[in-house]
Amino acid sequence: MISATTPPDSDPTGRRRVHSMLKLYYGLNEEGKVVEQAESLDPCDINGPHFDPEVYLNKLRKECSLGELMDHESCTVKQIRSLDSDMQTLVYENYNKFISATDTIRKMKNDFKKMEDEMDCLSANMAAITEFSAHISGTLQDQHAQITKLSGVHTLLRKLQFLFELPARLNKCLELQAYAQAVSAHRRARCVLQQYSHMPSFRGIQDDCHVIMEQLAHQLRQKFRDGGSSAKDLSECVELLLQLDEPAEELCDKFLSHAQSRLEADLQGLEAELKDSPVTDTGGGLVQKTNPGSNHVSPSSSSMTNPFLSPTAGTDILEFIDRGCNEFVSNLCLVIASYQELFINRPQEGELASKKIPEMANGKLHVFVDTLAARYFSLVERRIQEEKGVGDNSLLVRALDRFHRRLQAISKLLPGSAVPSQGTEIVVRAARERIKQYLSALQTFYHDSLTDVRQALAAPRLSVGGASASGGGATSKDATPSLTELLTSLSNFILNQLKSVLASVHLFTAKDITFSNKPYFKGEFCSQGVREGLVVSFIKLICQSSRQYCESAGDRGGSTPPALLLLLSRLCLDYETSTISYILTLTDEQFLVQHHTPVTPVTALCAEAREAAQKLLNHYVKVQGLIISQMLRKSVETRDWVNTIEPRNVRAVMKRVVEDTTSIDVQVGLLYEEGVRKAHSSDSSKRTFSVYSSSRQQIRYAPSYTPSAPMDTSLLSNIHKLFSERIDIFSPVEFNKVSVLTGIIKISLKTFLECVRLRTFGRYGLQQIQVDCHYLQMYLWRFVSDENLVHFLLDEIVGSAAHRCLDPSPMEQSVIEVICERG
Amino acid sequence: MDDDAPVIYGLEFQARALTAQTAETDAIRFLVGTQSLKFDNQIHIIDFDDENNMINKSVLLHDAGEMWHISGSPADKAVLTTCYSKTSESRVLTCAAVWRMPPEWESGSHESPDDSSNNPQTLELLCHLDNTTHGSVACVLWEPLGDGKRVISLAENHVLLWDLQESSTKATISSTATLEGKGQLKFTAGKWSPHHNSTQLATANDTAIRGWDLRSMSQIYCIENAHGQLVRDLDFNPNKQYYLASCGDDCKVKFWDVRHINEPVKCLEEHSHWVWSVRYNHSHDQLLLTGSSDSRVILSNMVSISSEPFGHLVDDDDLSDNEESQQEDKGKEPLQDSIIATYEEHEDSVYAVEWSAADPWLFASLSYDGRLVINRVPRALKYHILL
Repeated sequence: MISATTPPDSDPTGRRRVHSMLKLYYGLNEEGKVVEQAESLDPCDINGPHFDPEVYLNKLRKECSLGELMDHESCTVKQIRSLDSDMQTLVYENYNKFISATDTIRKMKNDFKKMEDEMDCLSANMAAITEFSAHISGTLQDQHAQITKLSGVHTLLRKLQFLFELPARLNKCLELQAYAQAVSAHRRARCVLQQYSHMPSFRGIQDDCHVIMEQLAHQLRQKFRDGGSSAKDLSECVELLLQLDEPAEELCDKFLSHAQSRLEADLQGLEAELKDSPVTDTGGGLVQKTNPGSNHVSPSSSSMTNPFLSPTAGTDILEFIDRGCNEFVSNLCLVIASYQELFINRPQEGELASKKIPEMANGKLHVFVDTLAARYFSLVERRIQEEKGVGDNSLLVRALDRFHRRLQAISKLLPGSAVPSQGTEIVVRAARERIKQYLSALQTFYHDSLTDVRQALAAPRLSVGGASASGGGATSKDATPSLTELLTSLSNFILNQLKSVLASVHLFTAKDITFSNKPYFKGEFCSQGVREGLVVSFIKLICQSSRQYCESAGDRGGSTPPALLLLLSRLCLDYETSTISYILTLTDEQFLVQHHTPVTPVTALCAEAREAAQKLLNHYVKVQGLIISQMLRKSVETRDWVNTIEPRNVRAVMKRVVEDTTSIDVQVGLLYEEGVRKAHSSDSSKRTFSVYSSSRQQIRYAPSYTPSAPMDTSLLSNIHKLFSERIDIFSPVEFNKVSVLTGIIKISLKTFLECVRLRTFGRYGLQQIQVDCHYLQMYLWRFVSDENLVHFLLDEIVGSAAHRCLDPSPMEQSVIEVICERG
Repeated sequence: MDDDAPVIYGLEFQARALTAQTAETDAIRFLVGTQSLKFDNQIHIIDFDDENNMINKSVLLHDAGEMWHISGSPADKAVLTTCYSKTSESRVLTCAAVWRMPPEWESGSHESPDDSSNNPQTLELLCHLDNTTHGSVACVLWEPLGDGKRVISLAENHVLLWDLQESSTKATISSTATLEGKGQLKFTAGKWSPHHNSTQLATANDTAIRGWDLRSMSQIYCIENAHGQLVRDLDFNPNKQYYLASCGDDCKVKFWDVRHINEPVKCLEEHSHWVWSVRYNHSHDQLLLTGSSDSRVILSNMVSISSEPFGHLVDDDDLSDNEESQQEDKGKEPLQDSIIATYEEHEDSVYAVEWSAADPWLFASLSYDGRLVINRVPRALKYHILL
């Protein structure tokens, strides 16, 4: 029933529906099994299996009206009709199929009968063939055995012939230098000969072969030893010799020693250059390249040729390194490559494989390369050490770069080798050395420029030396403009030099330099090397040498010109305020210093510079103060104050003091700001002067010389002291002109006071001191921060002189004024 | 009452000369010589009563002239020398003389201290250290620890060794030495070494310090440029025979080992003006006193170059008695060189400082305005040194 396949032209859905309904009717599901359908237990379900027509009819009759019943009846009739027609169609279809199947079965029956007959015929034929075949093989058996034997003999004979001909053939090969053929022939025969060596004839052949092969090996070795053979020949030789059971180790050694001799020649060439160069290259700086064929002439190097060096001088470092690279390193690479080709990377076959040649050969190669590289490195280092001049760093850097770059080839060829890292070490060392050299160069430069400054300071002084005594103004005019210029030029010189050094050193870290990305050059070189080792050290050096000027200059004022002290002090102060931070920022920016390690902070350096500046300025004040003090001291000590004549004018030494103070004022004013004075009115000099001259003096002197009141003198000055602050004579000064001048004047006047107290004066001696002090009073007040200080010290001087006077009758104030204004 | 408070005494006149009465070991007594051109000069005898913190003064007249230097005999406490300036024919000359104090001064001062200043007694002249041929005398030095029979005077560039005879009433020159050289050389200070049987003398002229052997009257060493400027004073370490302290116009105090004169052993730079006087404490040579024209007196503790660099050494007997305390001592840190105190009682230049001869913890300083200040070593330090 399932086989009732539908004709393809009918509506598939319609058919499917009919099928399923039929299936339902027969109680089959699609798998052909009977399905209990629970839902169709209802006897009223017309499609269900438990349909009871009586119940259904009764139900209809009860439930439906007549019309409905009529409708239902017509519907049911329609359905019954369609079912009938369906059934008819199915029956017809199945009948046709059954008919055609019966026809087919009948046809098959006929065919099988024919085939059975043919098979019987075939089996009969096969039996006949088997019989024949057995017969033939039986007849041919004997002959076949004979042929096999004959062909075996033939082969043996050919082998024998080969053996007998072998010596001759080998000889011929030897003559023709066809070593490879000879070796392969011999290799083939060797085992046989070895096996049958107990037979005399074979022995003879073997001996002959041996002799010949010895000869051949000898020739090969000879060839191997001869320098001239090409690498390919060599490798062939080595291969053949290896096949001839030559010990590989020996071959390695020979190969290497052979290579060594050639490389040694290269090294000697380099060394020879090294021996020449010290003579010509000690001048440092740049040496012009003599070899135009050299491929690495930098444009800068040719343009910046130092005119002071002979252009025919020895090779420069770049050329040297070039030569080293081109000759030694490339040869070394070749050797390594061919060696590896020969001994290490060959496909190993047979017995050779078991000898562990690659390991042995590799070891030998490493030793070989290391020793040679060590020699090369020592040469290079010697050469680098000769590179003392700091004129042009680019050459050295490029040389080092090339040196380093070429060594990378070795590292590619020989992965485990220590050579490249050693090379890097050398570069690092060279860089360190370079920094040191730059530092010392900076140092010498600094000292040289200081010497220049010294000379510049000394020169104008010499030219106007005579005039300075009479006209201090001329001196200051001549000498002083140069002081600011000197300061700016000095600081510019130093800064420029430092910058150029930084630029030179910066080449080490340029991007196109192979070694610049090594960790050393990224980290330590920048921070420890350049920043600390170069810049910070240099700044410290400046401070230190400045301090030395204060200490070593001796106590007598020393040989250092005071102007230099002043200049250096200003320089250090400038460093403190701006230059140090500028330089360090510049360095940090240029070198992208990453502070892995603690570095000297800017503030520490600034503090150091300030300290140096303070020391220098203090020392300057001391020195200048001492110079003036000496004048005053000599003038007081050498005069006979008891028997002096009535003063007619101010002593020359006082004028000199004022002149010197003025020129110091001008000098300091060039470098330092004015500074703060204690406020005083514009006519203060006049006012205090009048107090000093008339009323105060009257009060002070008049009673002090009356015998009745001996206490008053000291009383007044004591009262004065009670209310004035204690004066520290050699005290630190501030960084301004007024403070410096105050310091100098304090020292000078205190000396004056102490000297006066050690002397005894006559009447005119006292008057002379009065005149002198008045003169100083007139001129010195304007230099100091607090003019009362000058007044106080001068009062003390005059007071002390009055005390030390045998006949104290002071001069009239008006007369003093006249004298002072006149002189 | 604070024992450490300074005691101040004011003189009417300006003064530079100060000395302790060397031969007096019971009373704390200082002698001050005044400097006045107009009035009669006096010698003030300052007795310090340690218990009551009081000063008793006596005044003796010194009518020969103003005093630049004063020095007491080490043997006879009544005998002293002064250097004084004398003006004659409008020339000022500094002379030296040996004097004896009148025997009554002491009793007189005790009876009526008020009268003594009104009616002072006069010094008795024993003899002049005649110097007309040699020029002005800078100072007179008694033979240290001697019998008061030998003095040295430094006059211009001469060293004169005098023998005092007949109870010091007659002085004869026993030997002389002269410093030769370019320019006008002049001794500014000197000190007779207490070591080597008192056969050595150190002098200062300009920036140099020279050592002399008094037996041959020849120079034995010379520290050229000992100071940057004038050397003002020097003193021998009383316990270390080769050690010498000097001071000068470069505001520094330097310590020398005269066997190695190239470099000072140590250098102090604490004063802000010239240092005029330097004195080792007689007993504890780590204590050093300096006076300067910056009006300050500085007491320094120079332990590292003293004879007791590790503090007071306990005698061997004590050591066996109380070994435990000795152990403790060893644990103590050696003292550091330091400034003990800066005394600022003066308002004028301090030209002289002097330790008391009787009490090693007491010292006096004299400033130009006539103010004498007596100070003590701070008690804490005193106990630290003693214990």
